[in-house]
Amino acid sequence: MHEMGIALEIIKIATDSIPANLKNPRVERINLKVGKLAAVVPGSLKFCFEVATKDTPLEGALLHIEEIPVSARCKSCGYSWTAIKPVFICEKCDSGSVDLLSGLELDIVSIEVEEGA
Amino acid sequence: MEVKVVKKVLSANDTMAQQNRKYFSEKKVFVLNMMSSPGSGKTSILEKTVGRLLPEINSAIIVGDLCTTNDAYRLAKTGVPVIQICTDDFGGDCHLAAHVVGNAASDLDLDDVNLLVVENVGNLVCPAEFDIGEDARVVVLSVTEGEDKPVKYPLMFRVCDAALLNKTDLLPYLDFDMDAVVKNIRQIHPDMPVFKVSAKTQDGFSSWIDWLKKQVINKTV
Repeated sequence: MHEMGIALEIIKIATDSIPANLKNPRVERINLKVGKLAAVVPGSLKFCFEVATKDTPLEGALLHIEEIPVSARCKSCGYSWTAIKPVFICEKCDSGSVDLLSGLELDIVSIEVEEGA
Repeated sequence: MEVKVVKKVLSANDTMAQQNRKYFSEKKVFVLNMMSSPGSGKTSILEKTVGRLLPEINSAIIVGDLCTTNDAYRLAKTGVPVIQICTDDFGGDCHLAAHVVGNAASDLDLDDVNLLVVENVGNLVCPAEFDIGEDARVVVLSVTEGEDKPVKYPLMFRVCDAALLNKTDLLPYLDFDMDAVVKNIRQIHPDMPVFKVSAKTQDGFSSWIDWLKKQVINKTV
């Protein structure tokens, strides 16, 4: 929903991560992990990122989004599965006591940066 | 060259939320983040709740909206300290972030307060994603909103610790299926307590008040 705020936060973190010794640094790619439960719409995020990076060292950088599926583990029987729908009931034993193993990520993994001319 | 970053995008908010949590613990205040879509009755529920918590529990309220101080005005009549946050006069933020709550909380005298309720901006999407340093979260869903909202907005119902189904006084006039909504909630959050209440008549309030009192006393005594 608030993809612009998230885009600005990504730009800030990425800008702070550019090594200080690079001359005219140009960020070519930002690698991001986004969980399916993080309520971030990749298309909107890319659009906001493109708009907000104008005239910055990040302009033209590719925002690479790896979508992380929602995986859950049953606390009663230990069974793990990937949830396709937001239903958090164990597929094996019907227990509702479930740990989320992944799906809430919203992480910057790395940036790929080159020295400019 | 690839530079490893490995940072949560919302880490700035998470850090601030942890600071809030520490501050609230020092002050021995239990913080409840109350969320819902607009118009579900959060303010009405609070108007009726704070009085019923007395004398054991003194409350304070931070209320968030895009604009207007209408809610603060209504809540101030209950006699509890209230601070209104307006995210922007022309339509601002869709949620309360941790630093906004932290700033508002620092303007409140929390020394005699046991329960701080943060009435979040009416929205079933974004507030669910932002930790504000709270101890518990509740979601309010009114029976006029439809039985399928829990499965349409699963994150909200997943992250909350309890749900209130409000406006039950309207049930005779609606085709609302109570069993269906509870079933939908249980799919998303199987062991979530669900309180069926009417803020208008205070029907069903006892179990909600008991639950809330228990939460507050567990932390603050």
